[in-house]
Order: sequence, then C-alpha cells, then structure tokens
Amino acid sequence: MKNLDSKSHVRGESVYLDDIPVVEGTLYACVFDSPVAHGKLRSVNTDEAASAPGVVRVITANDLIGENQIGGILPDEPLLANGEVHFCGMPIAVVLAESDEQARAAASLVKAEIEPLEAIVDAREAFAKGSLIAAPKRFKLGDTEKAFESCAHVFEGKTRSGGQEHLYIETQGAYTLPSETGGLRVFSSTQGPTAVQKAVASVTGIPMNLIEVDVTRLGGGFGGKEDQANAWAAICAVSTQLTKRPVKYSLHRMEDMRMTGKRHPYSSDYRIGLDADLRIVAYDVVFYQNAGASCDLSLPVLERTLFHCTNSYFIPNVSAVAYSCKTNLPPNTAFRGFGGPQGMFVIESAIAHAADALGVDRDEIQRRNLLSSGDELPYGQIVESEAREAWSQADSVYDFATLKKEADEFNKTGGHLKKGVAMMPICFGISFTKTPMNQARSLVHVYTDGSVAVSTGAVEMGQGVNTKIAQVAASVFGISIEKVKVHTTNTLRIANTSPTAASAAADLNGKATQIACEKILERLNEVAAELELESWPPVGTGSGGDRQIGPPEGETPNWVELVNEAHLRRVNLSEHAHYATPGVGFDWSVAKGHPFAYHVFGTAIVGATVDCLRGTYEFDYVKCCHDFGQSMNSAVDRGQIEGGIVQGIGWMTIEEVVYDSEGRLRSNALSTYKIPDVYSVPDEIAIEALETTRPNLAVFNSKAVGEPPLMYGIGAYFAIREAVKAFDKENLPAFDAPFTAEKVLMNLHRS
Amino acid sequence: MLRFILNNQTVETDLPSGMTVLDFVRYHKNLKGTKIGCREGDCGACTVLVGELTDGEVGYRSMTSCLMPLANAAGKHIVTIEGINPADGGLTPAQTALVDESGTQCGFCTVGFVMSLTGYSLSGGERSGETALSAIDGNICRCTGYKSIERAAKRICDLQFAICNSTISAAEVAGSQIDQAISTGTVPNYFESIGERLRMLFTEDSNRKLKIENRKWMAGGTDLYVQKHEEMVHAGAVSLFDDPSLRFINETADSVEIGPSVVVTDLLESEVFNRLFPDLYRHLKLVSSTPIRNMATLAGNFVNASPIGDMTAWFIALGARIELRDQFSGDERTIALADLYLGYKTLDRRDSEIISKITFGKDFTHFNFEKVSKRTYLDIASVNTAISLKVSDGMIERALVSMGGVAPTPLLLRKTSEFMTGRPFGHETFAAAELLIQDEIVPISDVRGSAEYKRLLARQLFRAHGLAVSSEQ
Repeated sequence: MKNLDSKSHVRGESVYLDDIPVVEGTLYACVFDSPVAHGKLRSVNTDEAASAPGVVRVITANDLIGENQIGGILPDEPLLANGEVHFCGMPIAVVLAESDEQARAAASLVKAEIEPLEAIVDAREAFAKGSLIAAPKRFKLGDTEKAFESCAHVFEGKTRSGGQEHLYIETQGAYTLPSETGGLRVFSSTQGPTAVQKAVASVTGIPMNLIEVDVTRLGGGFGGKEDQANAWAAICAVSTQLTKRPVKYSLHRMEDMRMTGKRHPYSSDYRIGLDADLRIVAYDVVFYQNAGASCDLSLPVLERTLFHCTNSYFIPNVSAVAYSCKTNLPPNTAFRGFGGPQGMFVIESAIAHAADALGVDRDEIQRRNLLSSGDELPYGQIVESEAREAWSQADSVYDFATLKKEADEFNKTGGHLKKGVAMMPICFGISFTKTPMNQARSLVHVYTDGSVAVSTGAVEMGQGVNTKIAQVAASVFGISIEKVKVHTTNTLRIANTSPTAASAAADLNGKATQIACEKILERLNEVAAELELESWPPVGTGSGGDRQIGPPEGETPNWVELVNEAHLRRVNLSEHAHYATPGVGFDWSVAKGHPFAYHVFGTAIVGATVDCLRGTYEFDYVKCCHDFGQSMNSAVDRGQIEGGIVQGIGWMTIEEVVYDSEGRLRSNALSTYKIPDVYSVPDEIAIEALETTRPNLAVFNSKAVGEPPLMYGIGAYFAIREAVKAFDKENLPAFDAPFTAEKVLMNLHRS
Repeated sequence: MLRFILNNQTVETDLPSGMTVLDFVRYHKNLKGTKIGCREGDCGACTVLVGELTDGEVGYRSMTSCLMPLANAAGKHIVTIEGINPADGGLTPAQTALVDESGTQCGFCTVGFVMSLTGYSLSGGERSGETALSAIDGNICRCTGYKSIERAAKRICDLQFAICNSTISAAEVAGSQIDQAISTGTVPNYFESIGERLRMLFTEDSNRKLKIENRKWMAGGTDLYVQKHEEMVHAGAVSLFDDPSLRFINETADSVEIGPSVVVTDLLESEVFNRLFPDLYRHLKLVSSTPIRNMATLAGNFVNASPIGDMTAWFIALGARIELRDQFSGDERTIALADLYLGYKTLDRRDSEIISKITFGKDFTHFNFEKVSKRTYLDIASVNTAISLKVSDGMIERALVSMGGVAPTPLLLRKTSEFMTGRPFGHETFAAAELLIQDEIVPISDVRGSAEYKRLLARQLFRAHGLAVSSEQ
C-alpha cells in the first residue's frame, strides 16, 4: 500500500500552506527580529517602517490584546520582545503590508535600541552561572556509589553532541482569516493544531471554541513544527485581530533558520564501571542540555534523555542527572528522537571508551549487556525486550564477523582509505512520557453512497499516518481503501489533540479510528442480522496488515445496500471515538513508573570508509534488523527507516549548527548548513524485519516507526571512529559529534 | 516586454526582467506545483526545465527557478510540473517510478525530483546509474533518505536504456529525444510544436532591442540572486547569458578559447574538454549540482570574486588569460586571470567592462583538481586547489598551483609554482614544495572551517595532487 498522497505529490497538486488560494484583502506579515542575543530593549522605532509603501500597520508587544505569552509548558516565552531580548532572532515587531515584498522591505526599516547584556551560548557556562530552565531531573537505580567500588574497571569522560536544524523543506508559516463571530480561522503548518489554538487564544484573548485551526499537511516537520509553529500562527492571529483582515506569513528560509530552535546540543559527563566479565555494573551520567532562551519542549526532551540514557543495555546501578540550561540561543525544541539520541550517544561513547582502554571490541561489551525481558529500566519499567533477538538476527543475517574481517583485511592493504564497522543497537520507548497526552479521538462518518470520511488529531507530514488510518477504517469495514478519505486535521472536528509526535500518532489515532469504525460496524452487523444478509460480514474486524486490506475485488458485497438500509432504519452511521493508552503512568515524585506502552528494538551495522588523505568519508552500508511488530504498511515503514537512518547519519556527521560567541547563527542557510544529499547516503541500506508476534499496544500490532531508526545513525559516528583508529591505533578521537570532515582530518593528522 | 513559452502558452510580460521565474510562475501564473525551499539554488524544490533552440533542435536542461530571472527565460520554453502532467490525470514514467518506489513522503521536494528526472529523459548522453543520480544531484529531500528515489531513478534509467537499445522504432526514425519522450508519455504531445514556436518567437523578438539604461549586467544569476536577491528582483536586468557571441568553445593549435557565458555543463559536454581533462566528470561533479552547472557561467564565477570559486581555481591553475572589453568604448585588453584579483571582492575591472574571452594554453601534461567541503557534493569548499604541470623528460618545465579558501582572493601560489618549475618531476619536489604553501596562504576561521584546519587541508590536498599527477601518464 503506497502513501495515499503519492499521486497528488508527484503531480504537484498537493496543497501546502503557501499554496492555499489567497483571499482578497490579505495582508502579508514580516517579523523584525532581534539582532542581539541578549539585551535591554530600550526602544523600538517603527515610524519609518509604518510609512513605507504598502504598509498597513506595525505591531509591537504593547498592541497585544491578550497575553504576550506562548510558552506551552512554562509561561516563559513572550511572543514579541518586551523589555528584554533573549536571543538573536527573537521577534520584536511585526510589519503588515499589502504584499510580501513590501512587508519585507519595511521590516528592515524598524529600528530597535538595544543595550547589550552578556550572552551565554554554552550549556556548561549557563550551568556554572546558575541559569537553569527548571530544577534538575534525576533517575536512580540501585546504588552506583557502592557498585563502582566493586568494579574491575572504571572509566570516565566527557561527550558532546551538536544541534540539528530540522530543515523541513517547507518553511514555517500560517494564514489567518477573520470569522464573523469575532473568531479566527487559522491555517498553520503545525504538528500541533491544539498547541496553535492555545497560543492563538493566549495572545488574542479569544476563547478556544472560536478558533478553528486547520492543517492539510506539512512539507516535513520532524519535531520542528510541534511547538514552534505556534509563534507564526499567533503573529498572524494577532494581526488579523487588530486589522480585521486576513494575514499570511510564510517564512523565508533564512528567517526560519535564524528564528526557530533546533535539536538540543548536549554536553555530558559519564562514568562507567564494568566487572571482569565486561558486564556494565554501574553508570553515572550528568547531562547538560542547551535549552536556549525559554523552555519550549526542553523539559520533556530532557526527560526522554534520561529515559534512554542506558539505550538497549541492562545496567543494575544507574545514577543520571539532567540539567536544562538556559542560554541566549533560540529555544531548542523537539526533533525526531526527542532527547533520546542525545542520551544514547553518551552511553555508546562510554562503552567505546571502555573498549578502547581494555583493548576489546566495542561490540563485545555491547553484546554482553543487552536487555532481556524482565530487566528493570532505570525508571522502574520492567522491559519486554527484543534487544537480544534483534542483535543476534542482525549478527547472523548480515554476518557481522565477516564484515569486520573484510574491513580489517582492507585496512591492512595500506592505502589512504580505511574502513570502520560499528554495531548500533537501539531501544526506544513508545508513548508520550507525559501520560495525559496519550489519548486521541477520531470522527468517522459513513455516507449513504458507502464512502467514509475520517477525521483525527493526527497530522500528515509525509510519515504516512493518514494512509495507515485509512487502512484501519478500510480494514475494519472490509471495504476498498478508495472509499475512505482521511480529512484535514481540524480543531472543530477533533478537539484537544495531542501533537503528532513521539512516533505515536498512528497508534493513538489509529486505535481511536478502529474503535469508531468497530462501533459503526456493530450497528451495521445488527442491521445485517435483521436483514439476514448472506454475505455479510465478509471480512473480519481488526485484522490489520496491508496484505489483508479489502476484499479481492475491491468491493464489499452489500456494503452500499447495507449502509443505505441502516440509514433508512435511522441507525447512526457516525461515531466519535476516544482512545487512551491503557496501563501507562509515571510518578515524577519518585521518578518511577511504566511510562511506555511498549519499546521498539533493533540493531544496525554501519560500515564507513574514510579517506585519510582528505578527511572525507562515505558509508558503505547500513544493515539493520528492526522490530516492526507486524508492519501494517511495509512501504511506508521502510521509508521511515531509510529516512530516519539518513537523518541520524546527518546529525552525527555533516550537519553542524554553528553559533558564534555573540549567539549569532553562522550556519544560517542551505549554503552553510548541509544535510545529506543523494551522494552522502549509504551505498546500501538493508532492512531485515524482526517480526515479533508478542501482542503489543500498537495499532494492529504494527509498532511505531517514526523516531527509532534515527538512532541507527549514531552507529555512523562510531564507524568513522573505527576507521580513524585503523589509520593510527594510538589515535583515540574524542566523543564530539558531529564528526565533520574537519574533525576527522584534525584527528588523523594531529602533529 | 519579455516573451517566452510557459508550458503550452506563449506569455508576454512587462514585469521587471530581474524577477525570478519562481515568483512569476507561482504568484503571477498561479502555478503552485513549483515549490519554494531555499531561494538560493541549494534544494532543487523549484526546479523547472528550460528548453532552448540550439542548432535547430530544442534542448532541455533543468534549472532552479529561484535563481533564474525572467530575462533569462526570454525566447525559451519554461516547463513546470503543470506542463508535463498528463491531461487525463495519469502519471508520466518519472511520476510512476516515484510513486511505485515510495520515493515521495511529505511531497514538498517531489516535484523538483520529477522535473530533474524528466530533464534526464529529455537529454541525450550516456545512460547509467551514475548519470541518473547525477540528474538529481541538485535535489534535496529531508524525508526519504534517497534510497527510494535512487530506485525510481534507476527505473527511469532502465526505461531509457531499453528505449536506446530497442530495435528501430518510429521515434528513433524521427531521431529526436523529444519525439521519443512524447512516445513514452514522458512529456505531452504539445512538445513537438515547441521548436517551431520558439523559432517564430525568436524571429519576432530579434528586431527588438532592450533598453540599456539603468541596466544591471548579469549572466547565470546563480550567485547574484543569492547575494543580492532584493536588489535584482526590481532591476531591469540585462542578460549576457544568452548572447551566442559570448558562448563558444574554440580550439586552436596551441590553445582553447572560451566564451564568458559558457556554463559548466557546456564544458562537461565539450569534446575538447573531455579530451584535455580525462577526469573531467569526476572533477566537475565536485562543482555545485546539475541545475546550477546548467546555469552558472565561467565569467560569472570569475567576476563574482569569491575566494572559493571552483572554476576560478581551475582556470588560474591553467594560466588562463581573460580578455576584458569595454561595453561603451569597445576597447579590449587582456590580463592573466590570476591578476584580476586585487583584494577581497576587488577586481582590476571597470564597471563598463565585461569578460569577453577566456584563453588557456593546451601544453600542460598533467592537471588535477581537489576540493573538500563539509558535504562532498553540492557544497562550497573549505579549500579547493588545482595544479597544472608541463613535464618534459622528467623535468617540470612549468608548474601552476592555485588555491581557494585560504586568502581574501583566489590565489595563484606563485612561490610554490616557481619553486617547482625547473625541478625534477617526483616526490621530492612535491615534498619540498608543500612547505612553501604555508607561507603563501592566510586562511581565516569561519563556518567552513578553522584556519588551522584549512592549513592542514591545504597540505593534504597538495599531497593529493602529488599522488594524482604521479599516477597519471
């Protein structure tokens, strides 16, 4: 089953925010943002901008009717700077003009008098100065202090991992229209329609029931539009409220890169203790997260770093502390993996450190410490593990020993090319770690012509969630998928949504859709029984799997007839269903609980070739064995894995977010911030399914697949590192990601 | 007034000739299939096809519409996705391949890939996995990880290959890529009339002269529109891009003369260049991407004066000379390309002068080009360098080494070059010469690397030259 949007995508007929036909009278917004990372905002002079051609109005913080606040978790994020500026790119004023060009030209005429204050750009510096977003978070299992005393080997060190620009190809944007009741219709490129609705309500003072947020699809999100779409929608909303005119703002790339947050950079300290058998007995880790200037989603990101700080390994004694450090960078935010990758990079580094020091292979330590079912994770959940199964399947299917041997043989030939091979197991928890967010609703209408309309809280951004939801409806009803349309995500149809995030949208919204369809089906079954229809029902419910969708002929016998008959009998053909993940919960007062519905496991083998003359590298392969549960859409899931791997490799290698010491973004365009192109991807990506039959809480047992594969990309770092070590075995590169060509070359030729 | 064919329609416009084709098609013609990703030619979401009459045939190349002024569309066929979508709602082979291989996720970059693959089908040349990938090397996708798109590209390649190798078909009798593309449903039928329509357009328009007051000279626009977008979009841009008198590659007995508006792709397709530079494809692959190579002119690269221009480094190492012609007086003078650069973005060139000819001697025996950037392809170099040697009887008669990214201007490493000249062709000369480089370069730390790194890279890439030329015979 292909992504249902494929055809309109390739014909260029899919509609994104900037493609929505513009209504007469529309104004265009452009933000004037702070050129200074930290300072006192003495005055803002908008006179010249206001009298520029086409300008209708210039808005500053004082003009807001509602609250100047869009912080979703903590109320620490003003929409427009007032009194102080906290990062380069912080919006100060909004220029509204008759054309996009006029708005842009006028925005450059706004003058702000800013008295600079000291800017902090580094997390450890912020920590040293006591600049924290909130109190630290801690996980504790066993007794590390005692455990370290008994360890045969103890190693400690530091790691760093860099930020990552989302680089959704569609930039952020919003378009708001006034409605006759004083409300607003908001089109937004957002993963969180309800978050946008709340932000708009906050800054306008308009109640949520008068704010309709509608999302057709996104040209990519990756977490960057989970919370950070709010500001642009809020800016347009305020502008519409004040001018009574439609207002559109579609950001230019450099504005987007400059004004929005990214993946959180981390700096971390680790201490790892092993016994004589290479079992990890104790692990002590301190994370310093660079949160940027306000909380945004930094705290839940920080929490997930803790949740994944031991990756796929069982460690009986763990002490983990995480500090969210407040700096003068744009507020960093969600990005595929949500803090998990940053946590995993540290434990993988600690293991590599131990392996180097002990003269053993890194994979030897990894393998000996994999999780088994029944093991306790540092946060108290007892894991149902597939870690060992995934590892051994990858090991045997791809013949890891031979891959390593081939690399060793190659490296003996003495040319300037060196190969490195690395294993990378993953374990990723599925569910929002904030338990109340694990709920969703679905609205299903069956029409008298037999067609079906579904609305949920899930946002389609390329991950295929709408396709999976349509599969659920088609499968439950036993009808052809062509009869099902999944409609835009709209806050009037589906209220109080959780953002499309945490890899959980298909599970939550798919399950809600399943419930809604099953309720309608139950009523249809009753009608069928009364009619004594012979061929009804033709297909069992809830069977799942793209192989099982729909009857062979594509039409269910009697479907239309039955639907019509039900309608004549005044049977309800609509359902609004609610799903809440059962059994999940977490108690932060003791930092223990069962936060995840299930975990996703897998193991990848990454092979790299480093050109030791030039410091450049290529990836020969990524071969993974991935835990799909039972995939309901193998085409979509494969795409998620390939895309996730490449994004993860990008984070670990060429993607380098660079701020200068004044907090100005230097990697501020596609010419200076490089994401993988067609030539930087591995020559081969092999995917082997670990088909697990154990029942789980995934929709149709098809496990979430959005985020986990990104973390296979961490293996790329260690594969390069192995190759660098092969060039000079005394050479032990620091754990400092991304491993850019510069770092590779500087490591290779230190003298 | 500018006239061109947009899809199946002849359009006339009085809008500023500096306006980009991207803005024109999206906001003036409501063709929303072409997407805006970066507005600097680095993502390919806005890729369109540009058809141009050459030698009586329409040839199509892919270009990024965000960097293309209307001035450069004049007299051509501009094709957006709406111009190739089958009218019956069906799909072209490129579209089908992307759907079947799940080569589209969020869909925002997809149209760019469709256009690039369609351009590939319309172009001549060798059919291989490598050339198919090369066709999409200017398209960035953030969702798929490219493997599915690679599979789609391979399908297109296989299809093309099958066509090329099939026994004589009606299309082959006609002998035209376009007829072939029409027969496979790659492009709609109206493409067959484009050649004639362009000829008529050309005849009608050739009598008109563009006003040249308040003009802004421009060529391919690939850097101008990145650096000075706001300024250019309102400008009455006068294009040097399409002047046939500025676009030639002539070989003489001992030299090669090149027109300033020759684009990088022209070099790739030139018999002369392929003969003189056996590693041409491998080297030029390091220079930007297919759509940019289709637009970027040599003279544009030179006068842009970026310290890191790839083609500048290339031609400095060839000892190229440039002819500067004053557009008002008609005076001409010739200087060495290396002498054009007086300081950071400062040139020995008057505003009224344009480069009218580039010349280099053919008597080099060895040539190599090296470039390292954060991302190997479609990136700006941290350091680039080229070397040409004239070796005779084991002696270096002449050495020229250029280097970019290590000073405020593109450098000819004069001391290093002089040192090598007259010495034996071998490792010892290179080993001694590499020490001189460090005194000739003054790199600074920036987003492309620290000064320390660039110094190391300079040494390493010079060593790479040594390896490359010693293995070359």
